[in-house]
Amino acid sequence: MKNYELERRQYVIGGLAVAVVIGYILRLAALQLLPNDYEQIAETNALYNRIIYPSRGSIYDRKGRLLVYNQPAYDVMVTMREVSDLDTTDLCHTLHISRQKFEERMAMIKDTKKNPGYSSYSQQLFMPQISAADFQVFQEKMFRFNGFSIRERTTRQYSYPYAAHVLGDVGEVSQNDINTDSYYRAGDYIGKLGVEQSYEKWLRGQKGVEVLLRDSRGKIQGKYHDGADDVKPQPGNDITLTLDIELQALGERLMQGKRGSIVAIEPRTGEVLCMVSAPSYNPQDLLGKQRGARIMQMINNPSRPMYNRAVSGTYPPGSTFKTSQALTFMQEGIIDPNNTFYPCNGGFHYKNQKLGCHAHPSPLSLKPAIATSCNGYFCWGLVNMFGNRSKYSSVQDAMTRWKDYMVSMGFGYKLGIDLPGEARGMIPNADYYDKHLGRWNALTVKSISIGQGEVTLTPLQIANLGATIANRGYYITPHVVKSIEGGAIADSLKRKHHTMVNSNYYNEVVSGMRMAVTSGTCKSAQNPWYEVCGKTGTAQNRGHDHSVFMGFAPRNNPQIAVAVYVENGGYGATFGVPIGALIMEQYIRGELSPASKAQAAAISNRNVN
Amino acid sequence: MQFDNNNKGIFLSLDWMTIGLYLILIVWGWFSVCGACYDYGNPDLLSFNLNSGRQFVWILTSIVLASALLLIEKRFYYKASTPIYIMMMLILVITIFIAPDTKGSRSWIPIGPIKLQPAEFAKFAVALAIGKFMERYGFNMSNMREFLKLTIMIILPMLLIIAQKETGTALVYLALFLVLYREGMTGSILFAAMAFVVFFIVGIKFGGESMANMPVSVGEFWVLLLAFLCITFLVWRYGHDKKAAANIIVYGGTANLLAFLFSAYVIPFNICIVMLFVNIAAIIYIAVLYAYAHSYNYLLIILFASLATATYYGQDYVFHNVLRKHQRGRIEVLLGMDKDVTGKGYNVHQAKIAIGSGGFAGKGFLNGTQTKLKYVPEQDTDFIFCTVGEEEGFLGSAGVLLVYLVFILRLLILAERQPDTWGRVYGYSVVSIFLFHLTINVGMVLGIAPVIGIPLPFFSYGGSSLWGFTILLFVFLRMDAERNLKQM
Repeated sequence: MKNYELERRQYVIGGLAVAVVIGYILRLAALQLLPNDYEQIAETNALYNRIIYPSRGSIYDRKGRLLVYNQPAYDVMVTMREVSDLDTTDLCHTLHISRQKFEERMAMIKDTKKNPGYSSYSQQLFMPQISAADFQVFQEKMFRFNGFSIRERTTRQYSYPYAAHVLGDVGEVSQNDINTDSYYRAGDYIGKLGVEQSYEKWLRGQKGVEVLLRDSRGKIQGKYHDGADDVKPQPGNDITLTLDIELQALGERLMQGKRGSIVAIEPRTGEVLCMVSAPSYNPQDLLGKQRGARIMQMINNPSRPMYNRAVSGTYPPGSTFKTSQALTFMQEGIIDPNNTFYPCNGGFHYKNQKLGCHAHPSPLSLKPAIATSCNGYFCWGLVNMFGNRSKYSSVQDAMTRWKDYMVSMGFGYKLGIDLPGEARGMIPNADYYDKHLGRWNALTVKSISIGQGEVTLTPLQIANLGATIANRGYYITPHVVKSIEGGAIADSLKRKHHTMVNSNYYNEVVSGMRMAVTSGTCKSAQNPWYEVCGKTGTAQNRGHDHSVFMGFAPRNNPQIAVAVYVENGGYGATFGVPIGALIMEQYIRGELSPASKAQAAAISNRNVN
Repeated sequence: MQFDNNNKGIFLSLDWMTIGLYLILIVWGWFSVCGACYDYGNPDLLSFNLNSGRQFVWILTSIVLASALLLIEKRFYYKASTPIYIMMMLILVITIFIAPDTKGSRSWIPIGPIKLQPAEFAKFAVALAIGKFMERYGFNMSNMREFLKLTIMIILPMLLIIAQKETGTALVYLALFLVLYREGMTGSILFAAMAFVVFFIVGIKFGGESMANMPVSVGEFWVLLLAFLCITFLVWRYGHDKKAAANIIVYGGTANLLAFLFSAYVIPFNICIVMLFVNIAAIIYIAVLYAYAHSYNYLLIILFASLATATYYGQDYVFHNVLRKHQRGRIEVLLGMDKDVTGKGYNVHQAKIAIGSGGFAGKGFLNGTQTKLKYVPEQDTDFIFCTVGEEEGFLGSAGVLLVYLVFILRLLILAERQPDTWGRVYGYSVVSIFLFHLTINVGMVLGIAPVIGIPLPFFSYGGSSLWGFTILLFVFLRMDAERNLKQM
């Protein structure tokens, strides 16, 4: 009973099967063999790179004392999917937050607009950095808070409440940081201010990564390739500062209740021994939950405690600047250190111009002029230089020459210290006066010779002037980092910069500065142990003059150069000289004599408003 | 019973090639299930906590079951086929009432620690019954009453399974119409069914699109044009009237062409109105032919032509009112009308990523990430083919398809060599059911068939389906082994 007509239909059915399989194989080829991005999509789907944070490098002072180190901190995490039977009141009580704050925080975590990586299956940050005490309590109760857990991180800890401006701190990266360096991801930490910022690349180390498999719900399922693709984190490098933390501590105590700055430099090396900017703050205060609020508070404080006056503040240097003028005039042959005498009868008088000075013998030569800080002498010097048409074709020409000297001494440009936020100060040039004054001459601008007028320097530049004089004609770029574990500081920080003035002229100025201590304006810096050289300054400032001191010691083979700037502190001798003397004593002798201790305490307790 | 005497002969005449292919497929399938349900941190693939471990037990029991089935004689089934069919239908009815709700489906009956799905076992019962029905002396497919009875035998379990909310499993029974085709059912039914699927898809997908420069719906235009061409073809093929077919294509075609040209170059208008009139005119013409010739075929052609022409206008109703929301969604995804890869299109999109990321040679056994990490849903059951695609790449997945093709073609040869109609019908049922599962399951994973939840035989995890397919296959292999014995 075979029906051959119907038997042929087996080929239709068989053909159908062949057609389906061939069609599907072609479709498979299209999906799997043609170029496509399925593989990449699959990887981003399934591979999760968990970042392992390296420990940040520690920071030491020049004597190896630990200043900054890491300490574990505890973040409270929440996995929404696992939250159940929560005793909210108990949780809020344990973490010291209000019920309302709790609700707000939970809503914020779940809001995928504000928290784009949200998944109810993965841990989300509920509350950062709870205190160790809170952690203890929380840990005991944690089994009752289903879905809540603790993530350990490290935070910075400070051994001393000093040097906040030099150390800087660590905070969460900004969008700008992320845009400029692809190393950072949202939520990473980065050095902000101070050496934490300028040595960020050394301190941070290298992040490690753990490649994990993540399922479609964001839950981690295990390690990819058994960890073969993982990268171990590289811990950050420790750095040693040039600061002496004891000296820094003394400086900060002396500056209590005042505004201003102290900078001390080891002249031979350019190492910054202390750098005080007052008012200051305790770096420890910026840790933990209160960081944001504290920073806002400081930003709104009119005396600007976060502002590093030592490198960012620009001030008229006052009479400390006269030393640089003396050097310039000598090198240019305008004055002879021993044979040039200028008159000063209560100041500088020429035609109808007058610039006051205090009482001292007149006429006088260079050394007594420095020792007594005579305004008239230096005004005459500048007038003679700028008016010397046999040497300079015009006042502009002379001014340009003058400016070159100033720049060679490290003024008018950044010195290049390894700290962020350095200001350049101001050294006017001929163009500047052409533009602002139109017609001008030496008489118009004479106040620049006594460190007033348009001239401004940073306290660091003033200290560097002291170091240059101590070195008799050169300086090393000042810097705050002495060494880096497993690395070296930049060559630019070791470079020797010679000024345009011969060293023998420096000896004249040194003698003048020594005379200021023995018989001039800095008498209170005199001590029986070593020879101090100094120069006071009283920078005019609408009735509230700034008290300035620049000096170094010992006279021969100097160990320390120091600049003190006390805003509105009055005469240089009032605050500048005693503070400078105490700093030098502490550094050179390693301790203060009992009398000095008493003096230091007295200065600490004096407020300047 | 000749039970003992025949066993040696049976053993020799068993089709070992098919058994070999069966073993290849279940072992390959087991490795795929391992890949799909591999749990990080629990590398014990035989653990009972994992589907791979449980599937291993299902495979062992299936082999025992298969061996047992080879011992049961063909004539037992012949006698028992009607009781088996009736009993299966009763079980399907009972299931509707006693099965607990499992993800919206009421088809699973818990028996001790395991759950069985009677719908998977009903296939072999239906195949046996229709075979026996057609074996009857004097059976004639072209007898309308007989054909209707057969259709009812197939539709009844479908309705019962639909009542269990397992529409996908129910659709498998449609594959049995392929068997009826082999046994003499007119091909026009398959043709018409295929044509309506095409009309429906074209209408749904392009109904909303407008032709360039003409106020004409693309979907409407093509449905009407295809309907017109089908009518012409049917008149030529089944009306056996070449002159009438020529008349329809020449006059109707000319009218449509003129309308198209007028719309394109003179005044744009909706040419579908003309096309609709042309089709209606053709239907009237065929009615006139019927009045003269009284050919039964003309009536069927008129029925087809009317339905085909009306399809476009009725399908919107069907699509939006008859189909359920999730079914509508699946069709929209399949036709590329819904590109939402996180919502309704998620499964198919993730399946494509998994397969596409496998590349030529795949990521290696247990190294797939998409399937293992649950990006692909139902990864060890309906979407198991993704695992093959991801871990074994093009080589493995094309390999599975080719082994399947050889398996199906081999079964086709076995079916054709059966000495009686009953055996042949049963054999073709096995072929059709495997072909339908392969086509729909793999097609769905590849994104070219709608997402209908049916397993890939021997690959998808599940005891009921593995047992069901094993029974279906080994009953046939025993029948085939008896092909050289004297007729029962």
